[in-house]
Amino acid sequence: MSGRVLVGVKRVIDYAVKIRVKPDKSGVVTDGVKHSMNPFCEIAVEEAVKLKEKKLIKEVVAVSCGPQQAQETIRTALAMGADRGIHVEVTGKDYESLGPLQVSKIFAALAKKEEAQLVILGKQAIDDDCNQTGQMTAALLDWPQGTFASEVTLEGDKIKVVREIDGGLETIQIKTPAVVTADLRLNTPRYATLPNIMKAKKKKIANVKPADLGVDVAPRLEVLKVEEPPQREAGVKVETVEDLVGKLKETGRI
Amino acid sequence: MLLRRGLHMFSGPLRAVQRRTVNSWNYSRSLGVESILSQFKSICGEEGVSVGEAVREQHGRDESMHRCCPPDAVVFPRCVEEVSALAKLCYVNNVPMIPFGTGTGLEGGVGAMEGGVCLSLRNMDKILDLHKEDFDVTVEPGVTRKTLNTHLRDTGLWFPVDPGADASLCGMAATCASGTNAVRYGTMRENVLNLEVVLADGTIIHTAGKGRRSRKSAAGYNLTNLFVGSEGTLGIITKATLRLYGIPEEMVSAVCSFPSVQAAVDSTVQILQSGVPIARIEFLDDVMVDACNRYSSLSYPVNPTLFLEFHGSENSLKEQVEITEDITQTNGGSHFQWAQGAEDRKRLWAARHNAWYAAQALRPGCKAYSTDVCVPLSRLSHSWHVGDGNFHCLMVRALALDGTCTGEHGVGLGKRNLLVEEVGCPSVQVMQALKHTLDPKT
Repeated sequence: MSGRVLVGVKRVIDYAVKIRVKPDKSGVVTDGVKHSMNPFCEIAVEEAVKLKEKKLIKEVVAVSCGPQQAQETIRTALAMGADRGIHVEVTGKDYESLGPLQVSKIFAALAKKEEAQLVILGKQAIDDDCNQTGQMTAALLDWPQGTFASEVTLEGDKIKVVREIDGGLETIQIKTPAVVTADLRLNTPRYATLPNIMKAKKKKIANVKPADLGVDVAPRLEVLKVEEPPQREAGVKVETVEDLVGKLKETGRI
Repeated sequence: MLLRRGLHMFSGPLRAVQRRTVNSWNYSRSLGVESILSQFKSICGEEGVSVGEAVREQHGRDESMHRCCPPDAVVFPRCVEEVSALAKLCYVNNVPMIPFGTGTGLEGGVGAMEGGVCLSLRNMDKILDLHKEDFDVTVEPGVTRKTLNTHLRDTGLWFPVDPGADASLCGMAATCASGTNAVRYGTMRENVLNLEVVLADGTIIHTAGKGRRSRKSAAGYNLTNLFVGSEGTLGIITKATLRLYGIPEEMVSAVCSFPSVQAAVDSTVQILQSGVPIARIEFLDDVMVDACNRYSSLSYPVNPTLFLEFHGSENSLKEQVEITEDITQTNGGSHFQWAQGAEDRKRLWAARHNAWYAAQALRPGCKAYSTDVCVPLSRLSHSWHVGDGNFHCLMVRALALDGTCTGEHGVGLGKRNLLVEEVGCPSVQVMQALKHTLDPKT
């Protein structure tokens, strides 16, 4: 086993920002808005770094797909403890339409190229909420998958994954190489400290294009429009119970 | 206009404060505010003014047990120009103004004792001008300390002053807040570099000069520190420039119990004397430890206990811990209970942070009067014997031991009488003179 873990990190609008829809309804405003690493990707990086600290794996490689700014996100992963980075350059229209299908093809290609033992991704991104990349990557590689992981334990050439499911927790055992997606309670990500940010500047980030990996990033989906949720309407006060029932019937609620 | 009365209440020693009933006030003063409501709306917009009862009550109380004193109206300015226009308007019409941040204060500082208008600054919530290499950032009053630290998390920087609540940073400046980290990082006094303040008559000033953020200066009077701790009586803070610190590489926490209060105090003194840059050191007596155990289902030994936290690089931590353990064991302290990972440390400090609720849970049905006093360390064990009951007694006793009647909450409503005893009449008279100069209509 190579002992190498690939971690995907996505640059998204910071979770604390108030999102605004563009007037032409083609998307959300991203110019001048604070961006940071997707919170579930932070958890994924933390888990990989923890495994390295426990000496269960040898190398953590952080991967991000996007324009130049994606390198900042990779640097944050390096500051958290990843060893090196790979920036898959996707810009302009290609970047606007980049989605789980193309990204999972890129990750599958990289996982093979880097002979990764494990691919850890966040369960979903907070901008598109797709929750597909991990599953698609595993399918393309024909690898087992442990999604919504709240606990990951390496046991030789197998991994025990405790998954968060509707009914509670499900424990499965899968063989490596495998894909794991991180859920909220997997761990508490560490902060990047200044000394580590400085050390991260010296770590290498390789530049790759999707074409180099044999991946076609042409979109299969077209976004027609993006709208804000409807404005909350004022309530209506009624005098009697009969009025209330009448109004409920009027609006088709009962 | 009148900024909150605060210190002006004293013209001599310990004059009792007359409190008229809320009903007789409402009628006469609400007439004054009614007439300028439309002018408020032209400044803040229709949505920016509220006279709704629920909104006013919300802005008339904080997290203390002081009775709610709702203002006559609440306004929500969106920028410093609107604050200034509102102040000018109130000044001309002699309407009291009360600035409001997050309402998380503990000394009744937001009560509209004489009616007037509450200026809720929560819509001014931008984080401006972060200078990573200079370790400073400027924030508006709607920014809380947790919001700032979340924003900074990728930069390797943080703002360490951590009072219990997620308070407005400008509000923390106004009350000179402090937190568990003060022993190493200081209080707001040491960490505010500059303030933008709107004075009673609407004038906007920058206490250290517009846009300036030097770590040190010898230019003019120290206006920044005049406003820090002024509790909204000298001006409305609309921006604060804060000093940031690097997030520590490693943090490790420990709990140590002692056979007596004196042993714990001696250890604390010796730790500080040894030069260990300890980040947090908190004392809980056996009653509090018992309460925390019961409330948070923990099992710390029921003895006087110190909660400690160390920040630094891996090597520096080893050294700090070695020296500290040596000291505590010499004083009869137990072995350390450790917590290093983020989750473990959270659990350990949750016990201390929940102490407030744990104490209330000890006597179900009782409300607690929270306060804070500060005495020189060496006098701590003397004060402790009266610490388990009568709080007024505790405050007077603190003063008798060369301490202060408020370490970090501020004087607020409850401790005005004690201020005279603490600083003396001549000092109070200087404070009154300053108040008169900056707020002549008071």
